[in-house]
Amino acid sequence: MAFLELQALNKRYNAVVAVEDFNLSIERGEFVSLLGPSGCGKTTTLQMIAGFTQPTSGKIMLNGRDLGAVPARKRGLGIVFQTYALFPHMTVEQNVGFGLEMRNVPADERRRRVSDALDLVHLSHLGDRFPRNMSGGQRQRVALARALVIEPELLLLDEPLSNLDAKLREEMQLELRRIQQEAGVTTLLVTHDQSEAMALSDRVAVMQSGRLIQEDSPFDVYEKPATSFISTFLGKTNSLPAVLRRKGKKIDIIIDDVRLPGPDTDLPDGPVELSLRPERIELTDEVQATLSGDVVERVFLGDHWLFRVDTPIGKLLVMQRNLGRREAGIGERLHLSWKPEAMRLLPRGEAS
Amino acid sequence: MTVSGKATPWFLSAPALTLFAALLVTPLAMTFLLSFNSFSFYGGIENTFGLENYAEVLSDTYFYEIFGRTFLIAFITTAICAVLGLPEAYILFRMKPAWRSFMLLIVLGPLLISVVVRTLGWAILLGNKGVINEFLRDIGLITSPIRMMYTSTGIVVALVHVMIPFMILAVWAALQRQDPATERAAESLGAGPFTIFMRIVLPQAMPGVLSGSLIVFSLSASAFATPAVLGGRRVKVVSTTVYDEFLNTLNWPLGAAIAILLLVSVLTIMIAWNKLVERRYSGVFE
Repeated sequence: MAFLELQALNKRYNAVVAVEDFNLSIERGEFVSLLGPSGCGKTTTLQMIAGFTQPTSGKIMLNGRDLGAVPARKRGLGIVFQTYALFPHMTVEQNVGFGLEMRNVPADERRRRVSDALDLVHLSHLGDRFPRNMSGGQRQRVALARALVIEPELLLLDEPLSNLDAKLREEMQLELRRIQQEAGVTTLLVTHDQSEAMALSDRVAVMQSGRLIQEDSPFDVYEKPATSFISTFLGKTNSLPAVLRRKGKKIDIIIDDVRLPGPDTDLPDGPVELSLRPERIELTDEVQATLSGDVVERVFLGDHWLFRVDTPIGKLLVMQRNLGRREAGIGERLHLSWKPEAMRLLPRGEAS
Repeated sequence: MTVSGKATPWFLSAPALTLFAALLVTPLAMTFLLSFNSFSFYGGIENTFGLENYAEVLSDTYFYEIFGRTFLIAFITTAICAVLGLPEAYILFRMKPAWRSFMLLIVLGPLLISVVVRTLGWAILLGNKGVINEFLRDIGLITSPIRMMYTSTGIVVALVHVMIPFMILAVWAALQRQDPATERAAESLGAGPFTIFMRIVLPQAMPGVLSGSLIVFSLSASAFATPAVLGGRRVKVVSTTVYDEFLNTLNWPLGAAIAILLLVSVLTIMIAWNKLVERRYSGVFE
């Protein structure tokens, strides 16, 4: 049995279904992300694990015990809130020590553990500050230390990085991963940010409309999205309606009047959804081109270029690594090529 | 516009400043000047300049008693308002929205009725032949009435009723500023409801309690209608004494001096209290 098991979890608010038949297992020490757009039920799921919301039905098992009848304050989970929820009237040390105080840990042991926790998040020099005198990133670390100092069986992170600016967020991603691994704590992260989920977790569980739709390693979720919703939600993609047709062993993809060699697939002949990542399209010369088209938009992003190219199969988003040369401008012709395996075929008509 | 950028704020606030100067500063300044004049029984007010009115108040234990009583009443009223108002505001804050607006109406309702009318209502309840005493005698708990009219206790009871909405509103505002997730954070760290209230909610609500108690204290210390009706001639407070000096003894300069002393002492107490609480709860004040 897994360390944390969510079994057939359901949550309804009157007629509104927030979470439906949700099953997930997390192993000890694993870092799992619940990823989905806002309103997909990921926060409700976290609230149910934390004990702030009662599930309508289903079971939550942590390390073999049923959390159903355990009140939130007895669950012993470490939680980092989106707003950090630091106690503004307490110093950093008092904030971090609060959980130990509630557990009646003797004062000298408390002091030692608080200072260990602050060491872990590199804040030992700011112990007597008040939260309002700290930066967003520092508050984030305090919140983390406060959640970890009680040595929780499970760490819940509720959109912990969403209030930080972009640069700091990247730093904290690495930092969060380091801290989680050092503390060795089983962690569940709730986020709507796909890059955060992919950067941090061992496994990503994608939710949509209250349901779990895919659960896999970050690489596999990105490379083998189960639905077209996931392929567009995780990273950028060119999503095109196409028709699949087999001729003997050869697989053809037909878009409008264009016929392209397709990848291996188990899908039957007929209408499909084609997903092609912009970074899998290469720039090439006229002879080797799969398709050609005129540039209609061009954005320079420092480490890469982003083009929108008007091809016979529609406007395609193309990403090109910055190789230190000026790339084609608007109105110029680009020749594109990609391997058949770069295309991913999904059944058409999926709810998006 | 030819008005320079610096002058614009002054122009914009000119109407309010004029009103403020005409209706508040002028009478206050005139009262202040009046307090230095002298008064004789036959000669009336004489336009002299001296400190004899202040000397008279400060050397007479009669006035010390009145000031002491006034501040005691104001202090107890403030304390009761804080002790009752804080949990009341918190309960209101945690209520479901529909109930909350109904309950808020009940809490704030007293503000819609004139203070005099409300106080007369209390007089009907508290009198020797009032509703409370009649009831207690009818059920045989007492034989002679409990004296509540013309006592400090009666004044405090009525003042609390008048003042508690101010406390609740002030605490309410502070509660709304606090991050509701802090309560959940405390809960997840193992704190029970009582600990959460005492350790998390209360300290964060302290700015509200402070501003509420400043309002309640200053209004109670200078309240006139309630002590006048419920205290009568027997239980005098500073404001009723000032009234008597002005309208009965006609010793305006002495009345003015008492009024100025009241103003100064209330201000001093408020500033000191403000400093004290701000230092104690420095983390919450931004």
